[in-house]
Amino acid sequence: MIAYVAHRLASLIVVMALVGVCVFLLLHLAPGDPAAIIAGDNATPDQIASIRAHLGLDEALPIQFLRWSTAVLSGDLGVSIFSNTPVATLIGQRLEPTLSLALATLAFAVPVALVLGVLAAWRAGSSIDRASMILAVAGFSAPAFVVGYLMIYVFAVTLKWFPVQGYTPIGESLADWARHLVLPALTLGLAYVALIARITRATMLEVLAEDYIRTAKAKGVSTGPMLLKHALRNAGVPIITVIGIGVALLIGGVVITETVYNIPGVGRLVVDAISKRDYPIVQGVILVFSAVYVVINLVVDISYTLIDPRIRY
Amino acid sequence: MTEASAFTARELAATAPVGLRRRGFVRRHPSLVVGAVILAAFVGLALAAPWLPGDPLTMTPARRLSPPGNGFLLGTDALGRDVLARTIHGARVSLLVGFLVAALSVAIGLAIGLIAGSIRKADAPLMRLMDALMAIPAILLAIALVSLTRASVTTVVIAITIPEVPRVVRLVRSVVLGVREQPFVEAAIAGGARLPKIILRHILPSTIPPLIVQATYICASAILVEATLSFLGAGSPPEIPSWGNMIASSRLYLARAPWTIFSPGLALALVVLAVNLVGDGLRDHLDPRLARRL
Repeated sequence: MIAYVAHRLASLIVVMALVGVCVFLLLHLAPGDPAAIIAGDNATPDQIASIRAHLGLDEALPIQFLRWSTAVLSGDLGVSIFSNTPVATLIGQRLEPTLSLALATLAFAVPVALVLGVLAAWRAGSSIDRASMILAVAGFSAPAFVVGYLMIYVFAVTLKWFPVQGYTPIGESLADWARHLVLPALTLGLAYVALIARITRATMLEVLAEDYIRTAKAKGVSTGPMLLKHALRNAGVPIITVIGIGVALLIGGVVITETVYNIPGVGRLVVDAISKRDYPIVQGVILVFSAVYVVINLVVDISYTLIDPRIRY
Repeated sequence: MTEASAFTARELAATAPVGLRRRGFVRRHPSLVVGAVILAAFVGLALAAPWLPGDPLTMTPARRLSPPGNGFLLGTDALGRDVLARTIHGARVSLLVGFLVAALSVAIGLAIGLIAGSIRKADAPLMRLMDALMAIPAILLAIALVSLTRASVTTVVIAITIPEVPRVVRLVRSVVLGVREQPFVEAAIAGGARLPKIILRHILPSTIPPLIVQATYICASAILVEATLSFLGAGSPPEIPSWGNMIASSRLYLARAPWTIFSPGLALALVVLAVNLVGDGLRDHLDPRLARRL
């Protein structure tokens, strides 16, 4: 077990180092002078020179990389070109809305998806099955921003049940915070629900065909415990894997959802930074998001032993 | 394992009588047929767009934000442009990007996947690189790439392709690893066949059915990402009508003129749904057990 975790940690470090190289090279692979690209079309030579100095672009590439990566390792993600604030500080300021949105989405999406998937597998071929799988395909196909505007139009503009856009910090008013999160979480969670419901149904179908399920039924275990304790627990590993992989979906979705609902989170920070070509922010946010994804998937892999004691490393 | 199942499915299909296979096709694969019909309709409209009445660029300022009907079937946008014509023309960029990204990422991913699966020394470094690319959020990587270059359809295609490649590589590699242990491959190796020949003649064919399925899913996801990029202002250049652009430029008018958002939005959702349905149908047809892998 410890050897396995050590091995996984080592490969995590390799992967993050490669992510770092990719993120660093992004700017340098683009054709032309990076400083001129960042400065934009109407920049004066002075502005270009100051950006070049700010990013240390005069040095040789390996030296730039060395300097940048040692800074990142010590927690310094660079300084924003436009606001002159450290990127780490900017991300910290925007963390609460993004975390609230992501956790609210997880809290509703995972249970809903599990229920849909288990019901669909339990009554395979029935109208419950068909309805939840149509919902799954639709949820996977519907673009988050279109769904977002549809929800705003129906539930905020027409029915006036929820606020149209914006965010209230949790410290200000708990009720307002929750009211502002309902529509964004539904929007962001749709594709995630679809993904998890599909894998839940597929694995449950396989598990339900196993002999031990027949045994459980034969000895009189009632439906609820049979589905949850005997079947779902055995279907756990692939489902948890997809919940982990699906975090990528959430991270991408956060960027879109925060734009649609005007939520001042990390996603909005990076979209605004990209339109202003504030490159240190873009690099910093991509690094942080990638690290979150990699770490969550490591935790997921290690958690297999907790769900399924047969798995030993 | 699932890797070998692409194989069994083909063998099974080959033994079924041809007539029987055709007759039940529509009934057994409703999603494939429905998806293909919707997709064909959009491809037809996209190809015919230049010859259809209605111009996507002509502005009629006097009629700005007029509701559907009365000369404009789907109304007009904030600049008085025909929403129906723009929606039809928007299909061109979406479908073009979808098909190009699918073809390009399958070609690149296939090459890398075959190398990773067959040459042991190349395996670990290539796969760690793929892990790294998969860890970077696809949409952010794509917007960052587009924002650094001049907006054009080519840059959008490249920017969407790069994050899609690792998924193909992983799929191809897993198929190769499965097939490599099959007796006929061992026989070919024992018979003295050289590596390139083994890869092309004996391994490549097994990767085709799962790749076709994967290509449709990539096409659907590329159409979504293209629209998302345009929506976030880092996609197709503004002079080309695209669904993402249309929605982005209409968002201030959501309450006043919902048709300006929901016409392109519905078109986008329908096309992505159609491509996904085709993918599901192909998956069930080519390899029922692939369903597990999603």
